Amino acid sequence: MRWITARRRHPAAGYAIVLLTLVAIGLGYAALTGAGSPASASAPAPGQQQIARGQEIFARNCASCHGLEAQGTAVAPSLIGVGAAAVDFQVSTGRMPAAEQGPENVRKPPVLDTSQTLEVAGYIASLAGGPAIPSPEQVSTAGADVAVGQELFIANCAQCHNFVGAGGALTYGKFAPALTQATPTQIYEAMLTGPEAMPVFNDTTMTPMNKRDIIAYVTATRTEANPGGFSLGRIGPVTEGLVAFLGLLLFMVVAALWITAKQGKPREHE
Amino acid sequence: MSETNGHGELPDETPDETPAGPHRVIGTPPPAEARTLLGGREPDGDRPAPRELPADPADLRKAKVAERLVAACFIVAMLAGIGFIAAYIGLEVHSVDAVLRSNLALGTSLSVAFLGLAFGATIWVRHLMPEVEITEARKPLASPAEDRAAFAETFTEGADASQFAKRPLLRRTLIAATLPIAVAPIVLLRDMGPLPGTSLRHTVWRKGLRLVEDVSNTPIRPADFSSPGGMITVIPEGYQDDDDALAKAATIIIKFAPGELQHPTVLNWTVDGIVAYSKICTHVGCPVSLYEQTTHHILCPCHQSTFNAPKGAQVIFGPAARPLPQLPITTDAEGYLVAQSDFHEPVGPSFWERG
Repeated sequence: MRWITARRRHPAAGYAIVLLTLVAIGLGYAALTGAGSPASASAPAPGQQQIARGQEIFARNCASCHGLEAQGTAVAPSLIGVGAAAVDFQVSTGRMPAAEQGPENVRKPPVLDTSQTLEVAGYIASLAGGPAIPSPEQVSTAGADVAVGQELFIANCAQCHNFVGAGGALTYGKFAPALTQATPTQIYEAMLTGPEAMPVFNDTTMTPMNKRDIIAYVTATRTEANPGGFSLGRIGPVTEGLVAFLGLLLFMVVAALWITAKQGKPREHE
Repeated sequence: MSETNGHGELPDETPDETPAGPHRVIGTPPPAEARTLLGGREPDGDRPAPRELPADPADLRKAKVAERLVAACFIVAMLAGIGFIAAYIGLEVHSVDAVLRSNLALGTSLSVAFLGLAFGATIWVRHLMPEVEITEARKPLASPAEDRAAFAETFTEGADASQFAKRPLLRRTLIAATLPIAVAPIVLLRDMGPLPGTSLRHTVWRKGLRLVEDVSNTPIRPADFSSPGGMITVIPEGYQDDDDALAKAATIIIKFAPGELQHPTVLNWTVDGIVAYSKICTHVGCPVSLYEQTTHHILCPCHQSTFNAPKGAQVIFGPAARPLPQLPITTDAEGYLVAQSDFHEPVGPSFWERG
């Protein structure tokens, strides 16, 4: 306490407190919004028993919004025909079960584990088919062409998800999420099913090979170096320019103050 | 000394204080602090005599510290400068990552070198040089009268000697000789052309030209592009390497569920709920393809112009003034999507002659 008392009127004390508070807020925010662990799924082979268990899990976790027969309600869409891929994407990314009604469901640690997810997916698929969960071979990037993937990504995905998959804003609070945590399976499923506002890129339009090229590009961007140590959100010249502008502006103001400040010693003519 | 005569008054309104001195502006040092650079040019009795610079700073110990600090800054700058040369010679630039590393090293070393110089110079000025403010009297801008008279005389003499006025043939041929050279720059403006003519009104789309997917260049059957909520960028077949053509012809196709498409979308120009719109924003020409399949909004990333896809891409928000032009499409004998014709209105932003 005496240490603080002795120094609290120091000229730098105010700045130190502001800085400490900012750091504390930043760390707290980072801790609260921390990333969940991505879940992976393997190809399902749902038997009758699995489907029954899936229906049970559905009734407990999903039916309050989507209806007991997955027929949809005023607050949630029908799931008939969306397929196992859509269920696996939504549940394995933690978007479903949704925490609340809002413009966008955000990624969070999944509520259901992998086998439960597959059981619900099997139940939904048993209602009216739909896109299946891709197998690990289907999403493998072995032999995929990153360069073609980049062209495809820039032509079809970058407008919303940013050139390196950093995400971007849409309208009315919706946004295209960053692709930094999505697993290859989840990327494939998102293209296949078009979750939320995302358009659908079905296999006959965007071929499975093209999808693997895109997955290869998205995963390759994650290992790109960030020279200088700062990615600045990887959203390109906007943040870089802002940081350079504000940083240099502050530096120049401080430099100008320093250069033109009166010197401490008394002036001779007075 | 006077601290008040900074309101545009003439200096001779306060003759008792500064009878012949220049008018003083607020913020400039009063004459007592100033030392004229051109000492002795004008021995004015009312001005303070030019002062000598103080020989040494007041505190010699502080000055020594400052000197060492300045020297340290300069040594850092020198080392950083050597580092810049070393980085330029030593660092590889054969891959993107290597170039990024090289740029980082070059930029950092050069910044440190310049900052070291700047900090050193500033500390030098602030802590070692005496703090004296210096003013320099401004000289009159006009030349002296005798110089001007001499110039006029020389000019008249030269004109007479050349007989420019007496010999009209020489005068006129000389003017004729320089005229084409003078006009030449205006003629060179021709290189800014040719005028665009009607090219802004047309794209390469024409009857029967297939829509192919961008990048993969594969034609599209309506049965393949069958998932409602699908959206993809298409280009005219055979033009994938023609950037001039693609700049205007880039198009998006969107698949709708039956019954979703409404007036003013021209339904005769659609195939099975597939509608084609120009990808070029009608505001300033950015590529519009942020398509939200839940709201059916097409969003422009540049200025957030928002178009209502099922209703003829009408503008519902933002600075764009017109809907996205709709490309009439149909299918050919093999079942692939083709254009019925070009766009029926100019694509992209407004231009002067658009009307």
